[in-house]
Amino acid sequence: MTLLQIIRIASRALARNKLRSILTMLGIIIGVGAVIAMVGVGQGAQEQAQKQIAAMGSNILFVGSGTVSRGGTHMGWGATKTLVYDDMAAILRECPAVAAAAPGGMTSAQVVFGNDNWSTRITGTEPQFFEVRTWAFQSGAPFSQADVDSAANVAIIGETVRKNLFGATDPIGQTIRIKNLPFKVVGVLAPKGSSATSGDDQDDTIITPITTLQKKMTGETWLRWIIVSATSRENSFTAQQQISSLLRDRHRIRAGQDDDFFVRNMADIADLADQQSQLFTTLLFWIASVSLVVGGIGIMNIMLVSVTERTREIGIRMAIGATESDVQKQFLTEAIVLSLTGGIIGVFAGLATSYIINQTLQWQVSVSPQAIAAAVIFSMAMGIFFGYYPARKAARLDPIEALRYE
Amino acid sequence: MLEHQERLRALAAADRRGVSNILILKHMATIPHSGPAPVIAIPSDAAVIRVEDVHKYYDLGETKVHALRGVTLDISKGEFVAIMGSSGSGKSTFMNILGCLDKPTTGRYLLNGIEVSSLSKKELAFIRNSQIGFVFQGFNLLARTTALENVELPTLYARVDKGEGQNRALEALRLVGLADRMKHYPSQLSGGQQQRVAIARGLVNRPAILLADEPTGNLDSRTSVEIMEVFQTLNDGGLTIILVTHEPDVAQFARRVLQFRDGRLKSDHTVKNRPRAEEVLRNMPAVED
Ligand SMILES: Nc1ncnc2c1ncn2[C@@H]1O[C@H](COP(=O)(O)OP(=O)(O)OP(=O)(O)O)[C@@H](O)[C@H]1O
Ligand SMILES: [Mg+2]
Repeated sequence: MTLLQIIRIASRALARNKLRSILTMLGIIIGVGAVIAMVGVGQGAQEQAQKQIAAMGSNILFVGSGTVSRGGTHMGWGATKTLVYDDMAAILRECPAVAAAAPGGMTSAQVVFGNDNWSTRITGTEPQFFEVRTWAFQSGAPFSQADVDSAANVAIIGETVRKNLFGATDPIGQTIRIKNLPFKVVGVLAPKGSSATSGDDQDDTIITPITTLQKKMTGETWLRWIIVSATSRENSFTAQQQISSLLRDRHRIRAGQDDDFFVRNMADIADLADQQSQLFTTLLFWIASVSLVVGGIGIMNIMLVSVTERTREIGIRMAIGATESDVQKQFLTEAIVLSLTGGIIGVFAGLATSYIINQTLQWQVSVSPQAIAAAVIFSMAMGIFFGYYPARKAARLDPIEALRYE
Repeated sequence: MLEHQERLRALAAADRRGVSNILILKHMATIPHSGPAPVIAIPSDAAVIRVEDVHKYYDLGETKVHALRGVTLDISKGEFVAIMGSSGSGKSTFMNILGCLDKPTTGRYLLNGIEVSSLSKKELAFIRNSQIGFVFQGFNLLARTTALENVELPTLYARVDKGEGQNRALEALRLVGLADRMKHYPSQLSGGQQQRVAIARGLVNRPAILLADEPTGNLDSRTSVEIMEVFQTLNDGGLTIILVTHEPDVAQFARRVLQFRDGRLKSDHTVKNRPRAEEVLRNMPAVED
């Protein structure tokens, strides 16, 4: 028999029990659909992370206060309190690969406007910060260096804060209270969405001059971080090295001793984000695969039932000359047609689900052609794996016993 | 009617000449098999079937059923044999062995000079497909499959190409007078018509032997005679036919009658004054109602 004939016979046998075939396929459809959608969500997250990191500028470096152990896990911002404003000045002065830098301090506080209040993160920095981070304003403007020098009570708010405190009111020129101090709102930042690396809402923030933050709110004299831009993307690694050796020198760290700061360039951060989202993708893939395997077991179950039901048919086919391998091929093909059809429908179900997730949750979902090919091949392998035993059982039947079967 | 009988005779005669040991062996040489090579012995016009002291036991755990207790006989090309005997005498067991569906426990069965016990499962399937046509009491057609497709089925396993297979199936259906029903499903056909389809299926690969185990067991007497008419015509064309029946009225249409009793061959005689089914039919009253 030609492959085409075998497939035709198998399809007709399946068409005879339409409802049963469809229900059996449903297992595979859901399985493949889940794999496609879940991997799509995972890869979407991965791509989005990379896009955000790229948008941040690939020449950015973070200098953080704290230690990085030899294993690579860092001990937290500010575990050591040795990074100071003079370090930043030295970096700008002595590292030729560095173009600009801005210091950073941080606290969290309750913010009040009228009867509304909102708890948010307060970042203290200098005006260069907005350039380094390429963060645009939807209204108003950044505070000035004069505001920093005089520790003025001025604030720039993120979109989330604006929405929660002001609603329809124009925030520019309004006065808000942070830790009971009045601050004049001078700018509203353009929305940035959630962070690629941490998932935090980047728009849920208020930015003030660093001097104001340190003197009036935290009392800290050290810096949590310094954000630095290298003169070019190619120079970011050089900048990293220059900063590193400068700070070791300034902090009097002897050879062999651990740094009390860390410098990360964007490539490192991108790698980290990549690792995280890959883990996420893998996890989703395995969860979805379980349902695919369950679908495969469903196929095996139905094929076993089908072999028993059609014992007589098998006997007839053998009596008129079907060989064991003919019978085996017939049933194996049925299983493969079931799983492959299920797989193909499942791909469409997965694409539809991805689309719905994208539309309702606003997540980026990206389904790669490789994922589709893998799902289809995997579902076919499923049919072979779970169809083999029932087909073997059918082929092994004794023709006389089979013919006598009622 | 007359036309199809003539064609049937001509075709059957042509086929008898065409089938030779050489052909089978040539094909079998291409099938990989374990075990000893088939024995080639008998020149082609000796016995088509030779059975030598065949025994068959069914092992049922504690008890053993001795279904055949030493059967020896020859059947030559072109014979028309009816096997009779009481229920349980071993007729079906014997037919299954002849049809290569089962193997004797001891003894030899040579089909066209080839010892069947020495063949692999794959070779047996090939013999069932090409050398033997089997017709069952219960018709055993595939449900929800048209008459034409049922008849075509053995050609699929013979790896005959689609168009050729369909032509042969149509030809076989014409032989049994059912060409006009080829698109019908078994459930839309009468018992006699279903049995004709089964006969056509048995003939489609132009076998050397047609085996029929109680082919008229489920049919009324007039329909039985109609089926016997088909058999007689096929036999006239040279086809070897062996059938099992309980009814002496049916057995009389054969040329030779074997009586089985308790797994042994009790008697073996030639039918004298064999009636022609055509004539019997002519004299039979048409079914009223
Ligand atoms: N698969 C089997 N297992 C055990 N015993 C069997 C089997 N097939 C047949 N027999 C036994 O072998 C004996 C012969 O059976 P067989 O079917 O050949 O009889 P038969 O002559 O065809 O009878 P009937 O006219 O009723 O069809 C019986 O005693 C039967 O019980
Ligand atoms: Mg019987």
